[in-house]
Amino acid sequence: MTTKPIRILIAKPGLDGHDRGAKVVAIALRNAGFEVIYTGLHQTVDQIFDTALEEDVDVIGLSILSGAHLPIAEKLMAKLKQTGMDDKIVLIGGNIPERDIPSLKALGVVGVFPTGSPFDEIASFIQSKTLKVS
Amino acid sequence: MSAKIREVVLESGIQVKPVYNPEDVDPKQEIGQPGEFPFTRGIHPYMYRQRPFTMRQYAGFGAPHETNQRFKFLIENGQNALNVAFDLPTQMGLDSSDPLAEGEVGRVGMAVDTLADMEVAFAGIPLDQISVSLTINAVAAPIMAMYFVVAEKQGIPLAEVRGTAQNDILKEYIGRGAWIFPVEPGVRLIGDTIEFCARHAPKYYPVSVCGYHIRESGANPVQEIAYAYAIAKEYIKRGLGRGLNVDDFAGQISFNLDIFGNFFEQIAKFRAARRLWARIIRDEFGAKNPNTMMMKMIAGGGGGGLTIEQPENNIVRGAYYALISALSGTQTMALCSYDEAHTIPTEKAALISLRTMQILIEEMGIGDTVDPLAGSYYVESLTNEIEARIVTEMKRVEDEWGGIVKAVSAGIVQGEVAHQAFAYEKGIQDGSIPKVGVNRYRMEEEKRDVALHPYNPQQADESIRRTAEVIARRDSNAVKAALEKVRDAASSDQNLMPSLLEAVRAYATLGEITGVLKEVFGEFSEPVKL
Repeated sequence: MTTKPIRILIAKPGLDGHDRGAKVVAIALRNAGFEVIYTGLHQTVDQIFDTALEEDVDVIGLSILSGAHLPIAEKLMAKLKQTGMDDKIVLIGGNIPERDIPSLKALGVVGVFPTGSPFDEIASFIQSKTLKVS
Repeated sequence: MSAKIREVVLESGIQVKPVYNPEDVDPKQEIGQPGEFPFTRGIHPYMYRQRPFTMRQYAGFGAPHETNQRFKFLIENGQNALNVAFDLPTQMGLDSSDPLAEGEVGRVGMAVDTLADMEVAFAGIPLDQISVSLTINAVAAPIMAMYFVVAEKQGIPLAEVRGTAQNDILKEYIGRGAWIFPVEPGVRLIGDTIEFCARHAPKYYPVSVCGYHIRESGANPVQEIAYAYAIAKEYIKRGLGRGLNVDDFAGQISFNLDIFGNFFEQIAKFRAARRLWARIIRDEFGAKNPNTMMMKMIAGGGGGGLTIEQPENNIVRGAYYALISALSGTQTMALCSYDEAHTIPTEKAALISLRTMQILIEEMGIGDTVDPLAGSYYVESLTNEIEARIVTEMKRVEDEWGGIVKAVSAGIVQGEVAHQAFAYEKGIQDGSIPKVGVNRYRMEEEKRDVALHPYNPQQADESIRRTAEVIARRDSNAVKAALEKVRDAASSDQNLMPSLLEAVRAYATLGEITGVLKEVFGEFSEPVKL
């Protein structure tokens, strides 16, 4: 059984400053018993990667509302693969059109949670995916 | 008779009675006449009978010439003012060629690297007839400088330039997030623009204080006004610190406020806000001129009320928001378009928003008489209650948090608003806050098939090429000299505007100017408190 609580990095990549969703989900996941770290705004993919490494998180949740989710996901997934850190579970939330979900999954993103996704759904998804890992 | 009476508590925490009567209206509260202190009923004696509200949709995307086309489309269709959207690199002071701008050039607004881009964006648009609002904050000062030079090239002297810059940096730290510099130099830039406009461009509105984004980030209606007013008071103090008289500039500070949520609560909020502002300006700042005491606003239908689900329902919501705005005596109106929970508004969606406002004012007789809800037992009682609560919340900012600059620097307001946003979202998810199509009458099988605004990744290359051409043509020595003057002004307490005007005239890029300011000011490190 896991003794260590699951650690989640909520990250805001890119220039977009709309962080309501990121903060709300961070609070919800913390209330659900996870250890949550929030990066704050304007993070580059490299900064997010470094924080994920330093904080030794199990899950990286990207919050993206600007429409730039595909290029950002592509970059992060490539970096994780290169460094052998592709065991990290990457989730994306935000303003994500349905037609982009298959492309994100193909890149290796494990879960996509468009705006309005229920907190319980996100929490139990993380719970189920991290159980399989450990 | 046995059916229970439903309990109603507004977002602001106010309990609503099932029936209001004459005794609910405090006879000591001044309602007054429209156009007279304390302006509860509106800032003009005849309001829309004399002049309808201005309609100003937010627009801008892609290359400056594309934005120019959308502007002309909106003007041809009867819009009489513009609200310019800039892309995120521009808002963050980055040139299109900056690696951090990758994937974002022209995506959510137009890309501006140099004065040349602003010249293209406003080509053929008479800036003395169309009132232009620039939605720009951290780099408002250099963008305003570009705008002033474009106007000058159209033959409009600085003293005659009209328009508005959003230029409210304190709210960027609370919501919206397009900040660059630390709080203190951020606010100093606001002081510079206020002082410059008061002395040289007196018809220009240098700051539009945004309760809008504070509410969109999670604040309730009372907090929206309380934090906006705490911010506006701070800017006024900065203006006074420059030796200006309150009556010489405070009337040119306007407000951008939000509409969604309970119908009557919003209307009462605006009436209360107008009355309270008049009192603050007269009693705390000693203004003598009634114009200074008038709270001028754009009250716009907010994205926060719109839903991804069943997006066409947002057209109906927009119409109600427009009605609220008109019944609240707004000066300017804008509506988020029905597809805005998904995408940048398509031309069709933007046009429906514009038509919604035109139908309201031209078909419905909404402007036939001033403040038609005045004297309503409920509305007047709610107006009083909300005003009292705004005063209490403002005291909290002052007494408990040590003022707005401290509260924002330490992340206190941000934390407060985030927790409020969480509680709201929980209410939506558990159904205690009703939302049609989301937690009521949901249609599970529905596909999210709104037409999306196209993004052209090649436009970044075009933008980079355009700027490279400008750089090749400009006098690089003049640029270097101008940037050094910007550095000197930033390092001293000189007003930055004259050196910024010189730099943009020499076609210095926004990235170059911002780079110099970053070297002097440093960058904001965000206090993350959850």
